[in-house]
Amino acid sequence: MEQEKKNSEEKNKYVRDLTQEKYKYGFTTEVHTEIIEKGLSEEVVRLISAKKQEPEWLLEFRLKAYRHWQTMEMPTWAHLQIPEIDYQAISYYADPTAKKKDAPKSLDEVDPELLKTFDKLGIPLEEQMALSGMAVDAVMDSVSVKTTFKETLMEKGIIFCSISEAVREHPDLVQKYLGSVVPPRDNFFAALNSAVFSDGSFVYIPKGVRCPMELSTYFRINAANTGQFERTLIVADDDSYVSYLEGCTAPMRDENQLHAAIVEIVVHDRAEVKYSTVQNWYPGDAEGRGGVYNFVTKRGHCKGVDSKLSWTQVETGSAITWKYPSCVLAGDNSVAEFYSVAVTNNCQQADTGTKMIHLGRNTRSTIISKGISAGRSQNSYRGLVRVAEKADGARNYSQCDSLLLGSSCGAHTFPYMDIRNETAVIEHEATTSKISEDQLFYCNQRGIPTEEAIGLIVNGYAKEVINKLPMEFAVEAQKLLSISLEGSVG
Amino acid sequence: MLEIKDLHASINGKEILKGINLTIREGEVHALMGQNGAGKSTLSNVLVGHPAYEVTKGSVTFRGKDLLEMSPEDRAHEGIFLSFQHPVEIPGVSMVNFMRAAVNEQRKYRGQAALTASEFLKLMREKRAIVELDGKLANRSVNEGFSGGEKKRNEIFQMAMLEPTFAILDETDSGLDVDALRVVAEGFNKLRTPQTSAMVITHYQRLLDYLKPDIVHVLLDGRIVKTGGPDLAQEIEQRGFDWIKKEVQ
Repeated sequence: MEQEKKNSEEKNKYVRDLTQEKYKYGFTTEVHTEIIEKGLSEEVVRLISAKKQEPEWLLEFRLKAYRHWQTMEMPTWAHLQIPEIDYQAISYYADPTAKKKDAPKSLDEVDPELLKTFDKLGIPLEEQMALSGMAVDAVMDSVSVKTTFKETLMEKGIIFCSISEAVREHPDLVQKYLGSVVPPRDNFFAALNSAVFSDGSFVYIPKGVRCPMELSTYFRINAANTGQFERTLIVADDDSYVSYLEGCTAPMRDENQLHAAIVEIVVHDRAEVKYSTVQNWYPGDAEGRGGVYNFVTKRGHCKGVDSKLSWTQVETGSAITWKYPSCVLAGDNSVAEFYSVAVTNNCQQADTGTKMIHLGRNTRSTIISKGISAGRSQNSYRGLVRVAEKADGARNYSQCDSLLLGSSCGAHTFPYMDIRNETAVIEHEATTSKISEDQLFYCNQRGIPTEEAIGLIVNGYAKEVINKLPMEFAVEAQKLLSISLEGSVG
Repeated sequence: MLEIKDLHASINGKEILKGINLTIREGEVHALMGQNGAGKSTLSNVLVGHPAYEVTKGSVTFRGKDLLEMSPEDRAHEGIFLSFQHPVEIPGVSMVNFMRAAVNEQRKYRGQAALTASEFLKLMREKRAIVELDGKLANRSVNEGFSGGEKKRNEIFQMAMLEPTFAILDETDSGLDVDALRVVAEGFNKLRTPQTSAMVITHYQRLLDYLKPDIVHVLLDGRIVKTGGPDLAQEIEQRGFDWIKKEVQ
């Protein structure tokens, strides 16, 4: 059952060194990791549940999802070339915090090697060293390593912990909301996640509380041949506010890694949630070898009146991205926003966008999507705006821009509209542009080298979205955009 | 400062420059005149390293260094500036960010520390005054929605920011009304020092009235066919180019 894993394959070292500069998060951590055997079966689902000492209802939840998943097929409607995935060749649980059998049993201690890893990623987990005003839940592979500022937040009644801990400590809340926004049968990957999900974060903001710091989860895939199936659940009770950030990276490996996550957000009366993502999973090398398959279901439910949900995403990583952070605007006067920058370079493929489902009266949604394609990549925006019969006075504004670098890449836009109420006001704008040689030469003549010039132009183009990110993240995201496009011209 | 020897250059396989010889010393302003298609813009593009042009023969030395070996950005860092005939628009990139990148790249090349935000903004304000550039323009995207005159003014503003040792003005007077021409020309004159020199490409005398070139060249079919003092420009203004063509034949 148990295998010891040393993560130090050195093949293709030369290529890796060469690309190392571009993807600086590509290192692996040498840590004792308990990995269950590859393959998926009811037994595996039971094993994961048992390892996490889950209550019966959750095991049932998982098993139902698993049985349904077996009847489903992988979706093929996206503009993506997905190689066949052998779901039996993946391990569904990897625990880097597991103690060796002979190790001393001090439960609270986190392996210094893990702390070092997060330090290296710029996420210090010692509270005195941590970024001010930001609490972090650090998740590696299938397990939450540490959550900072938990006690400080608890003083205000805010619950911020790993979802495994929430299942143990706050079972009523988890049971009430888990699967309420993304039901286990929602889609193929949602069913898979519901069956085998491991760790992720749980956030509960009580009535009338404004969360005093940014909450964030940092996801790291380390172990080879494992999938990460994180699950995040955020509940903002009446009149509350929270800003939540998500970051992710993975080592550079020649084989692909599967990441199928679910994020569910519930926003009650007059509450506001801002959810920001900087997705930087390993994108694979220039020839398209390796990289993360990122198949994610994210959805928010603006349940209450005057509730507000805002998604901001900067997507630069992953070999393949399939992701549509969406909002169900159920409460009257609820507001939803989706701001996205998706960059694809080399052989990356992205099919990403949003769904805005207007159910309540006077609901408003905004979609700003900026796609940037370079190399031989394919970048698609796919969005749905639906206005239900009873959603009087609904408004949507969508803007989808594409920027092309070079002539071997593709940009595609698939906007869908389903409007069933005559009072709806829907606006859609789309542009496609290309960085011209003349623009680059103009910059060169002023002493700005081509790569920096592309960074300037791309950041200018993505500014509207970047500005929506919290300060520290915005700076990181700007750098990331430039790095992701390095070597994309000339 | 700048020494061009037997320079030949072509674009898309067509030879445009057919043996240019030209020497520009410190402090000198040279005017380059000639009809459309004579090779004036080609010469300025070749000097700043535009990738569309291929140098097939000859050499260019700038302050003792082989200019043709350098990348376009290094030529800029060495002190060469081109005021473009058609400045390009760069949507989304503010003038402030653009100039800050340009100034700091230059400083990096010269081993100087980058300017802080406040130092930089102070410099922007000072230099803006030289060409009477509206503060609002400085906050807009590079050349986006600028009128023809504003674009040219913006070129000279950038020149003021980068303080080149050798400036090329490619038809900076085109599209300017009389008042704008005066502001731009006076701005340029304020930036001149005994150590800086310039090459001014123009069809008209009126810009030269302000800039007072030391030497005037006439370019014809890729070669410099006549060189003289300021009076040559005046003669061209009165008589056109045909008499020079006949002389050459």
